[in-house]
Amino acid sequence: MTVDASRGAEAPPELVQLLTPEGERVEHPDYDIDLGPEEVRSLYRDLVLVRRIDLEAVALQRQGELGIWASLLGQEAAQIGSGRALTDADMAFPTYREHGVAWCRDVDPVKLLGLFRGVNHGGWDPREHNFHLYTIVIGSQTLHAVGYAMGIQRDDATAAAIAYFGDGATSQGDVNESFIWASVFNAPIVFFCQNNQWAISEPLEKQTRIPLYRRASGFGFPGIRVDGNDVFACLAVTRQALKNAREGQGPTLIEAFTYRMGAHTTTDDPTRYRVASELEAWKLKDPIERVKSYLFKNELADQEFFDSVEAEADRLGADLRRRCLAMPDPGPLDIFDHVYTGPHPLIDEERAQFATYLEGFER
Amino acid sequence: MTVFSLSKALNEGMRKAMEDDSKVLIMGEDVGKLGGVFRVTDGLQKDFGEDRVIDTPLAESGIVGTAIGLALRGYRPVCEIQFDGFVFPAADQIITQLAKMPMRSLGAIRLPVVVRIPCGGGIGAVEHHSESPEAYFTHTAGLRVVACSNPADAYTMIQQAIRSDDPVIFFEPKRRYWEKADVDTTSTDWWTPLDKGNVVRPGTDATLIAYGPMVKTCLEAATAAEDDGRSLEVIDLRSLNPLDAPLVMDSARRTGRVVVVHEAPVNSGFGAELAARITEQCFYSLESPVLRVGGFSTPYPPSKLEEHYLPDLDRVLDAVDRAFGY
Repeated sequence: MTVDASRGAEAPPELVQLLTPEGERVEHPDYDIDLGPEEVRSLYRDLVLVRRIDLEAVALQRQGELGIWASLLGQEAAQIGSGRALTDADMAFPTYREHGVAWCRDVDPVKLLGLFRGVNHGGWDPREHNFHLYTIVIGSQTLHAVGYAMGIQRDDATAAAIAYFGDGATSQGDVNESFIWASVFNAPIVFFCQNNQWAISEPLEKQTRIPLYRRASGFGFPGIRVDGNDVFACLAVTRQALKNAREGQGPTLIEAFTYRMGAHTTTDDPTRYRVASELEAWKLKDPIERVKSYLFKNELADQEFFDSVEAEADRLGADLRRRCLAMPDPGPLDIFDHVYTGPHPLIDEERAQFATYLEGFER
Repeated sequence: MTVFSLSKALNEGMRKAMEDDSKVLIMGEDVGKLGGVFRVTDGLQKDFGEDRVIDTPLAESGIVGTAIGLALRGYRPVCEIQFDGFVFPAADQIITQLAKMPMRSLGAIRLPVVVRIPCGGGIGAVEHHSESPEAYFTHTAGLRVVACSNPADAYTMIQQAIRSDDPVIFFEPKRRYWEKADVDTTSTDWWTPLDKGNVVRPGTDATLIAYGPMVKTCLEAATAAEDDGRSLEVIDLRSLNPLDAPLVMDSARRTGRVVVVHEAPVNSGFGAELAARITEQCFYSLESPVLRVGGFSTPYPPSKLEEHYLPDLDRVLDAVDRAFGY
């Protein structure tokens, strides 16, 4: 059976855009943003540095230093724009690809590498950064985010939660349940969906017959589609949605329309399922190039600035490589740590037995 | 002393926990005005408000998933899963998130979430309302799994579970909800720690190990066995994970014969774990293999057949006879 996937999608969705791929600033009646030169340069720096972190991580995986890596290439603007919209009191719930948001929350990038190197399952304290651990099962974290938002309500605090997920996750029951919960409890949450067009090998048409942002109306809250490669628009739209959430106006679904320029992870081969011309088309919408053009055209930055950011990226990359390799391997008895908050007779027994077993090799 | 039904004892225990700690929340389907389908949360919403006793949408994964989020924000949610057979939509959140997130965080995160599950058969219910899914959860590291069998334990264990910083799967024997007993609410001196079992009837010839609804069945069997001149010890495990191994092993060594009784299917049931561990640790003290009495290796049958499926006094005594036949 052939299904016309465009059925139901007849209305061309409006895309909030404030910066064109050519670096032209455009106005939007509902979502404008006033950014000074310093702020734009700062966003540019963020974009370049997180792309470099990503590039280094891919290289480290290729060199056998990481087991796997999930690249954010192409999604820098969606992550930096939304990440920089957060206040310290807001709480972010990422997938496993939110390296850019992690950067905005001051999580040391080497801690992200630890997970993919197999040193641990998540090496940062979520409370310290208000950035939850990476969640690998698709969509589970959206419910955690809504529950957390319900806690914010009960604390009468001025804060919001933001839940990150992808286009594939929108098919998960948990994500749909989280929409229902957020709606009926009017929870202070922003659902930030990075629609990067691909769930590993499955194109968007396998997940939906309508634009994803329109799903929100069925759940009873606003949905909006933003140019996910436009850091200005992502910042403006997320900032407004978070403000609405904090002010008691409930949830918003943001669909950041973007593109996964790399593979799903380093184990994936996109040439098996998508054509090269698609990538070439999206390269013209690169999230970093348009900010660079904007800065150049408006004489907000000179070559010295761009060179200094490149130099900083080089230093960051070198530092990351060095510290990744220096990361100590966990000890075998670490297996038994933190399973429970206190002593547990079976865990303790197995730890002791395994320690004795290991000692047998040393004699 | 106050006389409580098991259901009321749970209710009073939760009420006490909510009074003691404003972070304790109740959440689930119909837990508010209705007071839960078994009335275990009766009156709590009226007294503590809708923000603390939360009628949720009908989605079990949502209940446990949002409870995790609330716990991350510092709350101590107590989730009610309406019936045992409805816990499976929440299994993903329980197994992949609730159980594992504390370790994932290297100890930075604690998830003091209680998942209450009315369990077991014997009430003439339709399909999915009579199951005993405990082994799915005892197999999952990171969870505590407990089962109460009487009003006094219900009253204390629910409070201890709520105070636990580890997630707790809390099984309630639904057919015993209406059984009454004296509960001392004035003192905590008599409380048994949450991770310990109790010898609820001492004996010398064989040990019956049970938890939840089967404890009463085993006590009745032990009384009946007296007529045959057999002294049966009955252990109420109370905690399945962690297991009170010293209590179990001590009894097994003393009596030399052990019969494990649960409603869940014998095949790959919790009794298999007990049998293996008792055999490993008490091999030279045993007069017979550890025998198991439980449900058959079938789905739970229609209620007209459940009396054949559920272990009863005669099937327990039959197993005791077999233990003495070695």
